[in-house]
Amino acid sequence: MSPRVGLFATCLMNLFRPNVGFSAVRLLEAAGCTVEVPLDQTCCGQPAYNSGDFDATRALAKQLIEAFEGFDHVVGPSGSCMATIRKDYPRLFDDDPPWRARAEALAAKSFELISFLTDVRGLATVDAAYAGTVTYLDSCSGLRELGIKAQPRLLLGSVGGLQLAEMADTEVCCGFGGSFCVKYPEISGRLADDKLARIKETGADTLLGGDLGCLLHLAGRMKRCGSKVKVFHTAEVLAGLADGDGIGGAAEGSGR
Amino acid sequence: MKVSSPQFKAKVVTALADPHLRDALGQSRKGFVNGRGALVAGLPEFEQLRDQARDVKDHVLANLDHYLERFEAKVTAAGGQVHWAADAEDARQIILGICRRVGAKTITKGKSMVSEEVGLNEALEAEGYQVIETDLGEYIIQLAGEPPSHIIAPAIHKTRAQVAELFEAAHGGPRKTTVGELVTEARLVLRDKYFKADVGITGGNYLVAETGSSVIVTNEGNGDLTQTLARVHVVTSGIERIVPSLEDVSLFQRLLARSGTGQETETYTTFSTGPRRAGDPDGPDEYHVVLVDNGRSKMLGGKFQDMLRCIRCGACMNHCPVYGAVGGHAYGWVYPGPMGSVLTPLFVGLDSTYDLPNACTLNGRCQTVCPVRIPLPDLLRELRHRQSLAGLRPRAETRALHAWRFVAERPRLYRAANRLAARALKALDGGTGHLTHLPFGQAWSGLRDLPAPEGQTFLEMWQAQKRP
Repeated sequence: MSPRVGLFATCLMNLFRPNVGFSAVRLLEAAGCTVEVPLDQTCCGQPAYNSGDFDATRALAKQLIEAFEGFDHVVGPSGSCMATIRKDYPRLFDDDPPWRARAEALAAKSFELISFLTDVRGLATVDAAYAGTVTYLDSCSGLRELGIKAQPRLLLGSVGGLQLAEMADTEVCCGFGGSFCVKYPEISGRLADDKLARIKETGADTLLGGDLGCLLHLAGRMKRCGSKVKVFHTAEVLAGLADGDGIGGAAEGSGR
Repeated sequence: MKVSSPQFKAKVVTALADPHLRDALGQSRKGFVNGRGALVAGLPEFEQLRDQARDVKDHVLANLDHYLERFEAKVTAAGGQVHWAADAEDARQIILGICRRVGAKTITKGKSMVSEEVGLNEALEAEGYQVIETDLGEYIIQLAGEPPSHIIAPAIHKTRAQVAELFEAAHGGPRKTTVGELVTEARLVLRDKYFKADVGITGGNYLVAETGSSVIVTNEGNGDLTQTLARVHVVTSGIERIVPSLEDVSLFQRLLARSGTGQETETYTTFSTGPRRAGDPDGPDEYHVVLVDNGRSKMLGGKFQDMLRCIRCGACMNHCPVYGAVGGHAYGWVYPGPMGSVLTPLFVGLDSTYDLPNACTLNGRCQTVCPVRIPLPDLLRELRHRQSLAGLRPRAETRALHAWRFVAERPRLYRAANRLAARALKALDGGTGHLTHLPFGQAWSGLRDLPAPEGQTFLEMWQAQKRP
């Protein structure tokens, strides 16, 4: 029987890039899953958690646990949201054993999309093509909390026509950091420019990554700087849905 | 030392505009990061060593009273003396007392972050002592009249040209141009001071309970000269720097230099046990250890106890993107970078340090390189929690968080709000796919465009089954 997957529609995907959600659905179905999207879901609570508002985080965690605990798996197209569910939810309820147990049960079956496809569903190839040279952005939460590094590269390796050009300093933060990017815009901008320089060095025409926060931040800076590098979520390329100008559209003066 | 952390944001702007700082930081940090990476790759048991080191530190912290008393007994038995300093003022008075009693005039110092923490130099100079920093980096910033900007490389923010300028002014020309010439010049100036010193003050990388020894680790040998040539040797150290045995020192030694400077081991590792004994070829007449609490014991048994495992290697700041962009002075007190952003609020108070735990992307690289596995991002987040409980978070931000929570706890309202936002933002992009100006979002749009939504939210498209 095919596993029932509850798709977690992350805030940024839901608002800014529904195409990533449909890409996720297509990939999950291709991997033999039945996908459902519960409508009583909102945010995982990460913004509150990282602001030190643990009470609000618990409230939103309970809401999400109730919405998703009936599924075989919870999958979302973001390393940082899924790391919140996998790593942070259980310890939010240290003083509340019944909820702690429910949080642990949910954490155990929650996965970031790409690593779910490879590590749980055993996918090693996808049926997609992308004509271009891409460079891959390792987002910090996915990389360090969930160990996502080889999985996207494995699947991208099977995309027809796609060349991967690795950037230097791939372990260095791009400067997004959630609300950090608006609380400390000067530092965030410096880190973005450092990352843009690393991307440029690769000669890639496309930037891919697994977290829309980082991608919106970098795409926004690229558009501002006139960079013609296109930006997509990895899932869009793997699902064969990476059409058009990508996240943020075309840069000014690029003849759109 | 005066706390200037409230000026964090202003200092950040200045730091980011300083091309010398960028050069200086970029060069040295790359060396540290690459050096560490290569050495760790060559030591298969490195991760196990980190586990062991964490466990030894946790054991010591759980039995700190036992090991401190044992250490004191051993120091006393070796003819030395342990002094207990509850706070910075205590530490200053104890050391001033020693200097007065022995009639000191000239005081040499090896590198000690605890002495920075308690404001020792200012106190000694105010009483007319000549204080000479002998660590090259510390010597440079003493000439510049600046605090350290890194815990193991205090003058990391200075370029070679800036150092040459300082030396020319202090020593009288001609100006030197190579690193070798500059080091030689400093050596020649300092050499004479070691012999004149009445009191030599050093830090302590480890205090060994088993033997009553203090251990310093340096690359220049300045610490050895400071502590063996002065008449009186004073060690300043935090109470948490104790290790049970010499065996443990060898464990931490395998981690310290690899993590910090990217060396297998530092050039000199020197053990001091008591004053000079009859028949010893050298050594001080008196040996004192000033054990500084200054807020540390309050961290025991609480959420921040893990921070007391810190061995002051500097790896967290070497790998911190924020530190790398703004340097150490922006943090505004003694300890910069991730470890400083935890320690400073705990030592000097939450009120004057609001930015430190917040100016962090929580990217977590510091935690992955910490040799004693301190969960720095979690501790920074916990500090944000304490700030919000203390009412320190800016009111506008708190209001925004409350409004956001109100919406996020109501799925129907949340979906409606997102539908509205998707349409509104899409309507403003003028067909370009991005917004260049956000009326209430200058903090975003000052330096980035905002990629525009597609026009409908995923959830509404899913509901309508508008699947492409």
